[in-house]
Amino acid sequence: MLAVPAFYVFSAVLLISAAMVVSARNPVHSVLFLILAFFNAAGLFLLAGAEFLAMILVIVYVGAVAVLFLFVVMMLDINFAELRSGFQRYLPVGLAIGVVLFVEIAAVVGGWQLAPESAALRFAPVAPDTHNTAQLGTLLYTDYIFLFQTAGLVLLVAMIGAIVLTLRDRRASRRQSIAIQTARRPTDTLELIDVPLGAGIARVGIRRPLATEPEEAPALVEIGHAHSEEH
Amino acid sequence: MTGFWATPIGITVLTVLEVLAILVPVLLLMAYLTLAERKVLAAIQLRKGPNVVGPFGLLQPFADAIKMVMKETIIPTGANRALFLMAPMLTFGLAAIAWAVIPVNDGWALADINVGVLYLFAISSLGVYGIIIAGWASNSKYAFLGAMRSAAQMVSYEVSIGFVMVSVLLCVGSLNLNDIVLAQRHIWFCLPLLPMFVVFFISALAETNRSPFDLPEGESEIVAGFFVEYSAMAFALFFLGEYTSMITMSGMTTILFLGGWLGPFGLWPALGPIWFILKVCLCLFVFIWVRGTFPRYRYDQLMRLGWKVFLPLSLFWLVLTAGALMLFGWLPQGA
Repeated sequence: MLAVPAFYVFSAVLLISAAMVVSARNPVHSVLFLILAFFNAAGLFLLAGAEFLAMILVIVYVGAVAVLFLFVVMMLDINFAELRSGFQRYLPVGLAIGVVLFVEIAAVVGGWQLAPESAALRFAPVAPDTHNTAQLGTLLYTDYIFLFQTAGLVLLVAMIGAIVLTLRDRRASRRQSIAIQTARRPTDTLELIDVPLGAGIARVGIRRPLATEPEEAPALVEIGHAHSEEH
Repeated sequence: MTGFWATPIGITVLTVLEVLAILVPVLLLMAYLTLAERKVLAAIQLRKGPNVVGPFGLLQPFADAIKMVMKETIIPTGANRALFLMAPMLTFGLAAIAWAVIPVNDGWALADINVGVLYLFAISSLGVYGIIIAGWASNSKYAFLGAMRSAAQMVSYEVSIGFVMVSVLLCVGSLNLNDIVLAQRHIWFCLPLLPMFVVFFISALAETNRSPFDLPEGESEIVAGFFVEYSAMAFALFFLGEYTSMITMSGMTTILFLGGWLGPFGLWPALGPIWFILKVCLCLFVFIWVRGTFPRYRYDQLMRLGWKVFLPLSLFWLVLTAGALMLFGWLPQGA
């Protein structure tokens, strides 16, 4: 009863937001429309009875990928005019991809029309006593285990690649070594002194490293020499 | 249910009533959580806390609410108006809709869906959008810095929350929240999965941007972070969103680890919702206790804890849980 209007609402919002993704002037708005499109796609999955896929779509794409995407787009200093100038140049490529996708969908839908027995394949065989999360798991971890593992390996390689590309040794940055900090004892750094009244701490052998004191400032003297030689 | 309640209008009215039956107590709890936080913090710091408005300051939340409503909403000139106003609503709305699936007693959930845990995880991972949109739309450097911090923080801690949830799911064999609570009839998961419970709770602190992980706000460094430009009702919505998501996270902790509506040692099963509320309040108390006693983390420490401590630990414990379940043949069958 409610499924038909819900389908049209989700589809309409999905198509409109997809159009806004490519036509919005501000790239941040584009990404936000992309997120809206993901949401509506998840809604369509729900209507098709694939609640696991719907939730995974929201978790992975909306919750993680789009956040990082938004992160990058917000940080980038994008020249909008320059972005727009390539439109004419890339138009043929975009059109070609669109045509290929359209032909593929037409082939599938045409197949259903020409061979009615293939139309039966549209409906995934659902065992009556389990729900689709368990079925997906069973299928993925038995029949498709090698493909699944291969996908994992590809992701691992991609992850290592990303780390190798971005990891560099920053000598300037100071790192915290927890081990050194916890191994530190008060006696290493702290000394309690009974300072005599009116004498200051010089009496007990401790001097503040003042620049004016001759023995504390050899480095300064050297720099001064170099400076005078230049003159 | 016959007659009027079976018609479409009847079902709609019934659903609205059910939604109100969940949201009104949650909002009341949220209002009094603000008071409880100030009272507990005051007790920790040997002060009295709010005690002027009403007996024991019990009317303080309403005084605050009226003050917030009466104030003027200021929108900065450079801000993106639509997104600026959308962000607080998003934060609050997301925190509230998580309650659609949380069961407060056996079968007492608005929507008893098969993938309840995934729904909660999805909703909690969306919380970052309110913050990041607010930071960007404010067109202010402090707000933007807060938003960036928060995005990185929430994405980092979600990973370990995900692993913790998977290890709970392994013990249950179902994604349904009702089944998860029922699987804890013999022993609550906080005992056999104690390290995961701790990891989950600390990650929940980070996920809700609570102290000691409240770097997105960081009032001493970036004044108030992402909501520095907000005032009046828009600010209040952020505040409400934060407290509601604290309650949501406590509800999640209760369901996943503290046996939901089950009483300790099977005591008084009729008191289901009361047990649930008590456990949520306990979690909330710990939230406030932590805020009162721990100093704020530095940002690199936060990232180190998330990626170098929690992620390997939860991954290891996940493998260990799966191994133990396989070895002793405790793996739940069916689903």
